[in-house]
Amino acid sequence: MTYQAKLKVWRGDGDGGELRDFAVDVNDGEVILDVIHRLQAEQAPDLAVRWNCKAGKCGSCSAEINGRPRLMCMTRMSTYDEAETITVTPLRAFPVIRDLVTDVSFNYEKAREIPAFAPPKDLQPGEYRMEQIDVERSQEFRKCIECFLCQDVCHVVRDHEENKKAFAGPRFLMRTAELDMHPLDTLDRKDMAQEDLGLGYCNITKCCTEVCPEHIKITDNAIIPMKERVADRKYDPVVWLGNILFNRTK
Amino acid sequence: MVEVERHSYDVVVIGAGGSGLRAVIEARQRGLKVAVVSKSLFGKAHTVMAEGGCAAAMGNANSKDSWKVHFADTMRGGKFLNNWRMAELHAQESAERVWELETYGALFDRTKDGRISQRNFGGHTYPRLAHVGDRTGLEIIRTLQQKIVSLQQEDKAELGDYEARIKVFPECSITELILDETGGEKRIAGAFGYWRETGEFILFDAPAVVLATGGIGKSFKVSSNSWEYSGDGHALALRAGSSLINMEFIQFHPTGMVWPPSVKGILVTEGVRGDGGVLKNSEGKRFMFNYIPPVFKGQYAETEEEADQWLKDNDSARRTPDLLPRDEVARAINTEVKAGRGSPHGGVYLDIASRMTPEEIKRRLPSMYHQFLELAEVDITKDAMEVGPTCHYVMGGIEVDPDTGAAATLGLFAAGECSGGMHGSNRLGGNSLSDLLVFGRRAGLGAADYVRALSNRPTVSPAAVESAAQLALVPFNGPQGTAKPENPYTLHSELQQTMNDLVGIIRNENEIREAMAKLEEYKVRFRNIESQGGRAFNPGWHLALDMRNMLLVSECVAKASLARTESRGGHTRDDHPKMDSEWRRTLLACRAEGDDPVVPDVTVTKERQAPMREDLLAQFDLEELGKYYTDEELASHPGRTEELP
Repeated sequence: MTYQAKLKVWRGDGDGGELRDFAVDVNDGEVILDVIHRLQAEQAPDLAVRWNCKAGKCGSCSAEINGRPRLMCMTRMSTYDEAETITVTPLRAFPVIRDLVTDVSFNYEKAREIPAFAPPKDLQPGEYRMEQIDVERSQEFRKCIECFLCQDVCHVVRDHEENKKAFAGPRFLMRTAELDMHPLDTLDRKDMAQEDLGLGYCNITKCCTEVCPEHIKITDNAIIPMKERVADRKYDPVVWLGNILFNRTK
Repeated sequence: MVEVERHSYDVVVIGAGGSGLRAVIEARQRGLKVAVVSKSLFGKAHTVMAEGGCAAAMGNANSKDSWKVHFADTMRGGKFLNNWRMAELHAQESAERVWELETYGALFDRTKDGRISQRNFGGHTYPRLAHVGDRTGLEIIRTLQQKIVSLQQEDKAELGDYEARIKVFPECSITELILDETGGEKRIAGAFGYWRETGEFILFDAPAVVLATGGIGKSFKVSSNSWEYSGDGHALALRAGSSLINMEFIQFHPTGMVWPPSVKGILVTEGVRGDGGVLKNSEGKRFMFNYIPPVFKGQYAETEEEADQWLKDNDSARRTPDLLPRDEVARAINTEVKAGRGSPHGGVYLDIASRMTPEEIKRRLPSMYHQFLELAEVDITKDAMEVGPTCHYVMGGIEVDPDTGAAATLGLFAAGECSGGMHGSNRLGGNSLSDLLVFGRRAGLGAADYVRALSNRPTVSPAAVESAAQLALVPFNGPQGTAKPENPYTLHSELQQTMNDLVGIIRNENEIREAMAKLEEYKVRFRNIESQGGRAFNPGWHLALDMRNMLLVSECVAKASLARTESRGGHTRDDHPKMDSEWRRTLLACRAEGDDPVVPDVTVTKERQAPMREDLLAQFDLEELGKYYTDEELASHPGRTEELP
């Protein structure tokens, strides 16, 4: 069942690089990451690749395979024709460190800008009561393994470095939605989503949802409801009138 | 002098999984300045792979549960070899630690009355595992990660800098602990390592180090563990003069994937069985009823009807033997396969499809559903899974003080999988996540107390830094003289095969000796290891450095396995198949010896286990204890003294 796959793998660093051709053996049932590991062990010992669990749970081995953002550990070789040349490149939206490894620190900076979970002050540990149906909405978003494929594919930042400052990206808009829908979070997160995280930049093309390896409905279940909540606030005639009558700015 | 980036902290935590992050939170809460150093990105540690849940006697699913029952289950699971004080603290504190996670924002699955839902698991008398579907580890690591971010936000508000009190050093590996030996005793003075991204060196000046590096599974071929599990903390502690205990006890999780070959070893959560899944052989028979060992006779259901009744109501019947402790189930599967009743790819069947509706399976076990569909093209709502044992967890680890996590070396602390004692000879499922929280917190606390009590800060000598740097660069030099250069990937794969085949789930003297001879050979070949390329993000170099730890720790496993001439928990000797009460109170301690700074020799010494406090011993029937203890040890048991005139 073994065959030789033709691979083009991007090699280089922040100063530049190129696609290199390799031929690597493939066995039955293998995924791209197996083949990259064989390439490392047999032909390119210093090939830089980030990975951990090889089970689709940690979200480390993100790369672009034939231009599509994917987890290398969850992409089976059998999804490609044996004669096809498979191209593996680093995530495009982030600066390259080396070979297939990129600098994803942007994501950790954005994570720090989102105000933390704020429970009611009088609630003691062990006293929390929540209904399953109420936690399920946020639980969907907490399935996120932070592979950052959604951040990579999002056209707001993919080829627009200049938008990164004002736009947190799908992962962190979803994090805000998660906290906003948390049954016990006390903060109002609508204004910050719109003003600090750039919710308005998203024009719901659903690319993030398409690449999510956890099949989270990022657009439908997190971003659109968040946009609706913001819209309710901003364009609610009662709120609008109240703002004028009581001279409220926010 | 080599170029080294220097930092100064009160506490350096090595490892950013559950125990490491919980230690960071505790030390920071006590006002200390903490660095957390991680081989991977923040939030990627092995804790994310824990699936089934976190054991804590909250009593939400069955109000009869209590810390005492949890304690007793843990001791039974470990075949009474556990450090009883650790098992006691763990059982007492785990509920508080889980509730605390809710205050950090965790969202566990709920009961009907809105409390944390708890699921059944192997060896636990009552439904006890707090869980989030089958991705509990992810929830816990993300929660701790987000709590750290929240503390950083507080520090930013107070001091103007997110990193004023906690700084994360992602993709940074520690290769050496630095000791200060002035003043007559060895004390921790710092930690030396390198940034994976650039290969540049980094030094932490710190009087206290908490090791939270996890396990050693990457020395075995079929393993559920990630590349990070190279036993770094175990090896660092040994080389710093601390001891490891229980290294012969390795947990082979009964249910890993067996096909396709590339995913062999990936974990299939015990939650499948906890929620009603059953093991079957190729004849379609639920074989676990044949494998209830004498020590557990009477505690488990003996018919399918009784087992299924238990699933509906666990007060009216005995539990299913599908949920015996993991060591028992793994051995049973091994025996079935050897007897020719295995599945086509050398495992057995795990059937959930015939036990609940497809919707229910997808809701309760979403990761398993996707894992099998995407990696093996098996729809678990229709067909049975093929599963077999996979190296999952090391019970052995750094010998620590139960209350503070302190190792023998002054200033060194350890928590989580890299520490030893808590789980005895076999860990119960669900007791790992709770272990991380309970002892991560305690180690953070222990380190904080130690640092605050110091009268003078130890110092790092320039010579120690220089030699650590030289050692880290050795793989680039290649072999000396005419020796053949060794490829680190090849050497690693040979080590994995050897440990898997010769010191694996079933052991005997001849095979262990064969493994030890091979380990000696690998140690020689390791000197000829050659890393090609430069220092920037070079996995071949990283692996060469990790191999040093794997070789040392593998030797501990092999030597301790040879010394323990009985079978117990995660150590099965087919040449010594019986459990021996004398061995129950004997621990094997491994220490580094000799003057080889690269891979020192290992000595194994017998140590006496501390006897259990009497009020705890009285929790167990004399009859049950008699299966594990020597007669002499039970002389003061209340059950015994009552019989006397």
